[in-house]
Amino acid sequence: MTNPVQKIGAWTLNLLADLGRMLNFILYAVYISVRLPGHPRHILKQVSFIGARSTFVIVLTAAFTGMVLGLQGYYTLAKFGSEGMLGTAVALSLIRELGPVLSALMVTGRAGSAITAEIGIMRITEQIDALQTMALEPFKYLVSPKLIASILAMPLLCAIFDVVGIWGGYLIGVKLLGVNPGAYFGEMEKSVEWKDVYSGVIKSLSFGVIIAWVCCYKGYYAGHGAEGVSRATTSAVVLSSVLILIWDYFITSVLL
Amino acid sequence: MIVLEGVKKSFGNQLVLDDLNLEIPAGKITAIIGPSGEGKSVLLKHMIGLMRPDAGSVRVEGEEISGMGRGEMNRVREKFGMLFQNAALFDSLTVFENVAFPLQEKTRLTDAEIRERVRDALSHVGLTGVDAKYPDELSGGMKKRVGLARALLMDPRIILFDEPTTGLDPVISRAINQMIRSTHGKFGYTAVVVSHEIPEIFDISDNVAVLYQGKIIEVGTSQQILGSQDPMVRQFINGSLEGPIQLV
Repeated sequence: MTNPVQKIGAWTLNLLADLGRMLNFILYAVYISVRLPGHPRHILKQVSFIGARSTFVIVLTAAFTGMVLGLQGYYTLAKFGSEGMLGTAVALSLIRELGPVLSALMVTGRAGSAITAEIGIMRITEQIDALQTMALEPFKYLVSPKLIASILAMPLLCAIFDVVGIWGGYLIGVKLLGVNPGAYFGEMEKSVEWKDVYSGVIKSLSFGVIIAWVCCYKGYYAGHGAEGVSRATTSAVVLSSVLILIWDYFITSVLL
Repeated sequence: MIVLEGVKKSFGNQLVLDDLNLEIPAGKITAIIGPSGEGKSVLLKHMIGLMRPDAGSVRVEGEEISGMGRGEMNRVREKFGMLFQNAALFDSLTVFENVAFPLQEKTRLTDAEIRERVRDALSHVGLTGVDAKYPDELSGGMKKRVGLARALLMDPRIILFDEPTTGLDPVISRAINQMIRSTHGKFGYTAVVVSHEIPEIFDISDNVAVLYQGKIIEVGTSQQILGSQDPMVRQFINGSLEGPIQLV
């Protein structure tokens, strides 16, 4: 096939077929999650894997994000003599934007890649075929618990991120740069509304769906051999991260 | 009985099954032999609905399965057990959990009953004391035997064996073949064995079908196939380099 028009056509058709398959995948995953959600033990195991075991990396990332926000925010606000607003700036940045997005990106890197690798290896070693030959629904064991766990874990991880980040900002702003602690928390309390928290929760819930969807899908349809799984894992992390950022823009424009 | 008629399957530009016709008689052991890469495992996967034909029909005990939805397909799969080429054991579960898995998921048996059934199934395949081991702690032959125990557990009417002895030493291969023969004698299931282990496969099979270039070129009893005058069949059985099978 040497004609460039043919190549573009073939590429477009492949892309559309892949998008259609992805859409079918999430619709079927939701259907199975409602009808056959899987054993609570399997869901708890995934909550532990996606949620609890991501806590350390979330705390670490959140602490340094809050600290850098404290530092940058202080020097920007100081130019206008508004250092007292530092708590508000840190809290709103974290709760509305950085908390959900950065926690989702960290979970994609830590748990999403592992999900793709696990399902991909099961695919290439015929373990998924084995489930099917036993007349069992593979989505019930492989996709549904991860989707439910991801939806449950993401808002909690995001909340941890927000709290730790705010304390990181406090450490730098108040303890290091001398902002009044009363002003830091007082202004924050006055400015942060329930709507801001709600917007962060909605974002992290939807990011949870994206992570489980993309990472399970890429593993489920992994190519052949170790290289196929490796490609699927890379592609899952890249696609999931890109989708999180794109979706973040759209959902922010709706929730603002 | 499993009947395949006019089955065609391609992967990209490669035609793997080309207007293939085959009948698998009930209650017998049927071997499918042929050179590597000719689509024997693909053929097996069509029989259990893991792959759908591009054209043609696949009937299992009179039911057309090629157009079935997931729910209906699962009902038909209840009749099947399958032993995969690499056993396909769940690598995060122990031997006991692997064998017990279908019972735990599909029956309401108590833990004690499940333990009893699993112990029986493992003893049928000559395995004891390995319950707590993980698949990566087992040899190839042990994995196949655990896979066979798992396949036998739900008393299936049809068992598909995908190269059950490939990669095993001659003693273990013979033991696995005898196990297939003895469990078949005991449970009376319909067996389809994909293999290119010549001549061992003739010892356990009632019927043999030869797959070459996407078609079944000869079907008969083991004796009939061993006495075949077809040059391709002769070359394959004798393992000769001279003949119609060309090495790429």
